[in-house]
Amino acid sequence: MLHIKCPHCGMRSQNEFSYGGDATVKRPELNKEVSDQDWNNFVYNRKSLRGKHKELWQHISGCRQWIKVERDTATHEIFKTAKAHEDI
Amino acid sequence: MQKYSIFNLIKNAFSGHQKWDLAWKDATPKKEYDVVIIGGGGHGLATAYYLAKEHNITNVAIIEKGWLGGGNMGRNTTIIRSNYMHDDNALFSEFGMDLWRKMSQDLNYNVMFSPRGIINLAHSDAQMNVFARRGNSMRLNGIDAVLLNRKEVKEIIPMADFSDNVRFPIFGGLMQPSAGTARHDAVAWGYARQADSMGVDIIQNCEVTGFDVVGGKIQGVRTSRGDIKVKKIGLCVAGSTNILAEKLNMTIPVETHLLQACVTEPVKPVLDSVVTFGAGHFYISQSDKGEMVMGGDLDGYNSYAQRGNLPTLQHVLTEGIAMMPFLSKLKMLRTWGGIMDMSMDGSPIIDKTHIEGLYLNCGWCYGGFKATPASGWTFAHTIAQDRVHKLNEGYSLSRFNTGHLLDEKGLGTKTWIS
Repeated sequence: MLHIKCPHCGMRSQNEFSYGGDATVKRPELNKEVSDQDWNNFVYNRKSLRGKHKELWQHISGCRQWIKVERDTATHEIFKTAKAHEDI
Repeated sequence: MQKYSIFNLIKNAFSGHQKWDLAWKDATPKKEYDVVIIGGGGHGLATAYYLAKEHNITNVAIIEKGWLGGGNMGRNTTIIRSNYMHDDNALFSEFGMDLWRKMSQDLNYNVMFSPRGIINLAHSDAQMNVFARRGNSMRLNGIDAVLLNRKEVKEIIPMADFSDNVRFPIFGGLMQPSAGTARHDAVAWGYARQADSMGVDIIQNCEVTGFDVVGGKIQGVRTSRGDIKVKKIGLCVAGSTNILAEKLNMTIPVETHLLQACVTEPVKPVLDSVVTFGAGHFYISQSDKGEMVMGGDLDGYNSYAQRGNLPTLQHVLTEGIAMMPFLSKLKMLRTWGGIMDMSMDGSPIIDKTHIEGLYLNCGWCYGGFKATPASGWTFAHTIAQDRVHKLNEGYSLSRFNTGHLLDEKGLGTKTWIS
């Protein structure tokens, strides 16, 4: 079982969270010319790193806030967590 | 190669079965090959076999980081089916069903193909309508499909919960009678033995460390056991595709996720078909040894761990017990995890890439095992002829760019919205 430290609520079990994917993916900027390839990269293409991975989780059965988590995808070790607007 | 037959079995009995030939050689890498297949799982082995058999290309090496068939080929739940609605999936899978039916004879290896049927349970009128539509689509593509009502389902699986006070009552189901199971290890070993006999080098414990790409063309592959010159490389490494894609500076529409399965202690024969729960993600069959083989949802986060967590297992088994309450009396024998290539539309990719001589076979999601022969056959064609076959046209890498997604069930990486 993963234990994730919600920056708002403290340490909670993985059961309370929902996964939201890669946190480094950036939506193309509004009001600018966006190529098909840019959209494709945003919507579909993922690096899915082995090792340290920055990702989004939502504390869905708690404060319902989106948070950022840095986790190792090979060992499942969690290094740190942060609020959604903070850098991690 | 020694043929496996009753006569050879008797003959070898006299020498105490000590004089059988090795099923395949443990090869050391040569300096140069015509084709290198990366990944010694089912798809890689099948690709090499069909390259040799159908296209007469035998100067081929299979490079495997671990041991033969030790990844998802040894971790799946052995289900074989072609109950798809979309033409691209249906025709590809049904072509595979034909290969499955002939496989034991073709490979001279008993893969224990058992067409015991698969039943997808429906738990509402709406779901019955959807299944009727899927069944009709299947039949239009020449695949057998039977819509069962509640009574007919009860005759086949009386041990399921047909009582009145259940959260998800069984309304009926869609059955593909020709679907079934096979012995997964035997499939890998059968392909390996035949490929080896036709001259394919199977190189185990050999990790790919990099690629030589010059001017957009493949020139070679670097491995932990030396560099190999080669003009054509086929990637068959579902579960590690993202890792190798990074070495090629590619980002692909695939995330690597963790999927668990489990078996109970062996019990007497109780279930003679494969059954899937329609109100969640759970499926079950009984192995020839008597174990109840079960699986369900992804753990839900990117992972390369090959071992899962208990909350997902608990969730999956809750569904199982809701469907078949007797399961709660059984003891769990083993649980294990494998790492999946989860493509973004839930369908695989078998295609050329922007690098000349690099061919991609990945994104198998939950359904890699059943696709083994068809995947190998079409991938061998794609590599040998340098163009996709009609059967794998729909599995293009470019479909994510062009919007021609193959979203059969809407199951991709994002399990939380499915």
